[in-house]
Amino acid sequence: MSTGINFRFRLPLGTFTLDAKGEIPSRGVTALFGRSGCGKTSLLRCIAGLEQAGEAYLSIAGECWHDSDKGFYLPPHKRAIGYVFQEGMLFPHLRVGENLRFGHRRTPVGQRSEDFDRVVQLLALGPLIDRSPAQLSGGEKQRVAIGRALLNHPRLLLMDEPMAALDRGHKKEILPYLERLHGESNIPIIYVTHDLNELARIADHLVLIEQGTILAAGPLNEMLGRVDLPIARDEEAGALFDTRIVHHDETYHLTRLAFGGCELTVGWIDRPVGAMVRIRIHAKDVSLALDPPGPTSILNVLPVTVLEMAAHGRGRMIVKLELGGEALLARITQKSQANLDLQPGMRVYAQIKSVALSL
Amino acid sequence: MTPDDLAALWVTLRLALTSTLLLLLLGTPVAWWLARSHSRARTLVETIIALPLVLPPTVLGFYLLIALSPNGIIGAGWMALGGSGLAFTFSGLVIGSVLYSMPFVVQPLQNAFAAIDRRTLEAAGTLRASPLDSFFSVVIPLARPGLITAATLGFAHTLGEFGVVLMIGGNIPGKTQVLSIAIYDHVESLQYAQAHLLSAGLLIFSFLILFLVYRTNGSSLLRRENR
Repeated sequence: MSTGINFRFRLPLGTFTLDAKGEIPSRGVTALFGRSGCGKTSLLRCIAGLEQAGEAYLSIAGECWHDSDKGFYLPPHKRAIGYVFQEGMLFPHLRVGENLRFGHRRTPVGQRSEDFDRVVQLLALGPLIDRSPAQLSGGEKQRVAIGRALLNHPRLLLMDEPMAALDRGHKKEILPYLERLHGESNIPIIYVTHDLNELARIADHLVLIEQGTILAAGPLNEMLGRVDLPIARDEEAGALFDTRIVHHDETYHLTRLAFGGCELTVGWIDRPVGAMVRIRIHAKDVSLALDPPGPTSILNVLPVTVLEMAAHGRGRMIVKLELGGEALLARITQKSQANLDLQPGMRVYAQIKSVALSL
Repeated sequence: MTPDDLAALWVTLRLALTSTLLLLLLGTPVAWWLARSHSRARTLVETIIALPLVLPPTVLGFYLLIALSPNGIIGAGWMALGGSGLAFTFSGLVIGSVLYSMPFVVQPLQNAFAAIDRRTLEAAGTLRASPLDSFFSVVIPLARPGLITAATLGFAHTLGEFGVVLMIGGNIPGKTQVLSIAIYDHVESLQYAQAHLLSAGLLIFSFLILFLVYRTNGSSLLRRENR
């Protein structure tokens, strides 16, 4: 019997059909990623039971929630889920505190896994408790919506692009809370997004959806390091590395990170030596050279091995490189590839212009 | 006021209150269904409910009179259940008023229900609220302005009813004589002073309840925008 979330849904959606089958791990954040209108939200709604697919199977940790063959369908209010809508969907007639307690009050005491005060503290909701939803900013509304979902004591937390309706500033305000949630909660989270940067910061697993079907699924680092998937063509494509802080250089305000026998120098990170840091190196920030370059302003020049290459339109290539046992992506022009005569197996030097942090 | 006038006032209030209560009980599920259903029968039901808006009350009254008679569809059923005749009784009046005022109750309710975002109800569903629970804990509070409007319009409209009452209730003082008919009687017999008293009373009363409703609903709308 599987401990994860097993699903199979077939649901016609206008011009195409959602036809998805797979398994989602019972731990961590799984991102459903794809373009707008690819069916990722419909898949999430099927899991919540908000959409009742004609052909459907869903079980969570061996417990069946939906089996169309047996004519069994558990309606949403009988599923222990938390669902966060794009626009929060708080109840406008209830104060924040009452919104938070809506599902909490309806959960049998024996099934309550979350502590009210802990959730309020985790999401910093204390000052908002007595306000009405109309008095909240977009970011605050989403925090309350996340708290309300958690206080429904879910076995599965479903989030439908919870930051899509927010502007850049409010996104920055929410992200740290999502990361805390990720770190402190052991409820599996399924997170719908079409933003690669957002996904890279919080997801552990990735399910790639196109035209209603699952194109590929797997651990995030592995998926982001693949050149055969459409995400490699995204402007924000890039590989992920889990690194450890090994040194702080106070004179130049720099921090040194280590992983897999490699070291990277990045701008100061205000965390102690020994702390784990997840970083992302965008393919567009990596250039390649055959020989070690002479004196250069670029701090990180590392020897790498070419693994694979794939063309992707308008004279550009994406190159997969091996760095410290992990995949590094570089985006170069086809002309450069011809000039350097790049071939799989070649040893070259990667010059990394910048490193994005996702703490 | 004459004892007959007082009796008419009492019959009118009783009729309006009973009808409003029944209208809300019957109109709410109908309005909910109309607001949410995609059924093809919807247009048909909407049309039937709106009919009293355009139909002369005498037409409705005439058909009701026939239906309520001991041999009519409703009357016969009522007798079979052990009731006595419905025509020219208070119960008959209630049935007529409910049908006649139905659009005034259903339409505001339907608009209020339709204005509630489907996803708000889905949110309640994902928070362990059954559909019935969601209806009482989310839909009814959110539709409150619509409910108040519906109840007021239903009440006020029943108060002013004339044609249907005259057709099916007749004019039995203390039993089926309502204020509007009492006024008509006074005018017919040239008792203008009494007609004035009752007319002005109805006018002021109607003005006041409508004013109160618009103020309550209007200000609650304003408050929401200012937040």
